[in-house]
Amino acid sequence: MRRIISILMENEPGALSRVVGLFSQRNYNIDSLTVAPTEDQSLSRLTLITDGDDARIEQVTKHLNRIVDVVKLIDLTGGAHIERELMLIKLKATGAQRAEVLRVVEIFRGQVIDQTGTSYSIQLAGTSEKLDGFLAAVSDCKVLEVARTGVTGISRGTKVLAI
Amino acid sequence: MTGETTEQAELLSGGEMLIRALRDEGVEIIFGYPGGAVLHIYDAIFHQEDVEHILVRHEQAATHAADGYARATGKPGVVLVTSGPGATNAITGIATAYMDSVPLIVISGQVESRMVGTDSFQETDMVGISRPIVKHSFMARNAEEIPTLVKKAFHIATTGRQGPVVIDIPKDTTDPRVKAPYVYPDEIPMRSYSVPEKGHPGQIRKAVDTLLQARRPMLYSGGGVIQGEGAEALTRLARLLGFPITNTLMGLGAYPASDPQFLGMLGMHGTYEANMAMHYCDVLLCAGARFDDRVTNSDPSKFCPDATILHIDIDPASISKIVNADIPIVGPVASVLEDMIAEIERRKAGPDAETLKIWWDQIDRWREKDSLRIPESENGLIKPQQVVKLMHELTGGDAFVSSDVGQHQMFAAQYYGFDKPRRWINSGGLGTMGFGFPAAVGAQFAFPDAVSVCITGEGSFLMNMQEFATCMQYQLPIKIICLNNQALGMVKQWQDMQYGGRYSHSTYAESLPDFVKLAESFGHVGIRIERPGELREKLSECFSLKDRLVFVDVLVDPDEHVYPMAIKGGAMKDMVLSKTERT
Repeated sequence: MRRIISILMENEPGALSRVVGLFSQRNYNIDSLTVAPTEDQSLSRLTLITDGDDARIEQVTKHLNRIVDVVKLIDLTGGAHIERELMLIKLKATGAQRAEVLRVVEIFRGQVIDQTGTSYSIQLAGTSEKLDGFLAAVSDCKVLEVARTGVTGISRGTKVLAI
Repeated sequence: MTGETTEQAELLSGGEMLIRALRDEGVEIIFGYPGGAVLHIYDAIFHQEDVEHILVRHEQAATHAADGYARATGKPGVVLVTSGPGATNAITGIATAYMDSVPLIVISGQVESRMVGTDSFQETDMVGISRPIVKHSFMARNAEEIPTLVKKAFHIATTGRQGPVVIDIPKDTTDPRVKAPYVYPDEIPMRSYSVPEKGHPGQIRKAVDTLLQARRPMLYSGGGVIQGEGAEALTRLARLLGFPITNTLMGLGAYPASDPQFLGMLGMHGTYEANMAMHYCDVLLCAGARFDDRVTNSDPSKFCPDATILHIDIDPASISKIVNADIPIVGPVASVLEDMIAEIERRKAGPDAETLKIWWDQIDRWREKDSLRIPESENGLIKPQQVVKLMHELTGGDAFVSSDVGQHQMFAAQYYGFDKPRRWINSGGLGTMGFGFPAAVGAQFAFPDAVSVCITGEGSFLMNMQEFATCMQYQLPIKIICLNNQALGMVKQWQDMQYGGRYSHSTYAESLPDFVKLAESFGHVGIRIERPGELREKLSECFSLKDRLVFVDVLVDPDEHVYPMAIKGGAMKDMVLSKTERT
């Protein structure tokens, strides 16, 4: 089962490599990973996607908690949550395709952030499925480049991951 | 660091701060080897007498010696090595300590900060290389933070599930020309690190309910009970309940081996009765052990099929990792066991005596198998088991016994009979050949007046024999008992049992050194024992030479196997009992 684990950790050199190293050491998967400092510069928030049954995820979270730099973590998929991924995509678009691309961008509530006579650069945020859906919708165009951030997320309601 | 303390604080260089911080942490002894990146630190060592530095002959030996010191005393071991090869040589010792949860502080020199990352001379990414085998690691950014890093390192290494911590120190941070105020903090708050202080009372009550209702109970304890100073509480609990108990390889000595409730070691080379009782028990209390594959026999689904499993561990990640725990209790083992005892005493209850007697009768029938009986010698050669038994007799069972890895290790574990914790020092998790001799060095420094024995094999011994020189320099009267079977015995045993006796690279009889002369060349005493008839006399002679290192080369039966031995892929009840007998 797909899981989104969000981790607050010390914003220290080596902290990220300890988290990533744990996954390779113990043969766990990382499907995506995103990390940046929080409003408190001494903390980073890292969100990653992994998969596994309950027993495996229990081991993953226990081992993550064992890392000295890890302050706190949450399995967002354990409750109601909001997840988002950002995608920047550069498409080749000429002639009649140009209007078609703009229509699809509008349907998916994306934004054109750059253009040339033969291409569009588009920004799109949403769940990973939505981004996949957009890529399918523009599959007639030649995709020149895709940059996806990986998923980040937050719990719904008053529940927070903070110290 | 606050302004007011700065005014009073003494000005020290980073190198001086490091040594001062070790002193303030109560460190009396460190094991190390100098080199370019740590020369400032070695100069600081030269100018003081609080912390004694022991010069070993290889960095791996420094880590094992500090490890042996830590296991014998319960105090953290401290290692100092230089950058590059010094650091990489320490890696095997760090991994050894990590696998057995031994508190070590490994201080490694590093090239100057400005050179880091430039592939400079003797540079290696120590923090990176050691990352998967340390509890935590630090790299010093400046001299001022060295005391704080030392404080944190000791706190992390010695609390919770213990383990090695690396402090990597770039040479510029120890520059004698750069002085800063030295303040050793009393406490370091760490928001990201906390350890459980007590077991959950509800879980403890549930565990006691289950134990008191057990019909076929079994206690299984591991190294955590020794590391967590829980041996005394474990012994009281076992006696209070009258339950059978087994120890893992790492847990030997946590319960007195001479006590009738003790069924011996369990697992791959455990006794018949311990493994049978494990398999057929209905309630299993595991204290400070981690269901290692050398216990569960590689297929956890066949492990203790009828048992309700109670698991006490300070590390939540150990619980339900291999075998699902029905009643997990996270907490320090000594405190949890004390709480269990208190709960049983409060209830004024005990297990049903009649039911328990039926279980003990069964166990006694298993015991009749006498799975550790020593086979008769058919070829007039010494049986290795005999040597260990005699060692027990001659040392009163009270020596610090370290071992290397292989058949001799198992014979030592099976036949020495440890009655006290911290007497048995061996590399259980990583299985590091070459561990025993330097570990005996550490134990001897910890207890200069005690008998420190290393049981080894000629294969393992050759891996760290350079420490003969260290022992001469410091006049360490270690006793080395080498069960010489002229082969890598355990490899050969597996080749006998699983590879049709094809001894691929496990024999080398024609190229072994003359160990007596080897020991003598370093200034020590060497004794060779070839026949059973001279065993007692010559082994007694060895232990009578109180002030000398004695290497005893005992030629043992090269065809001897370690039994019982678990049948691969089977349950715990499935064992090979001798060359001709299986369960």
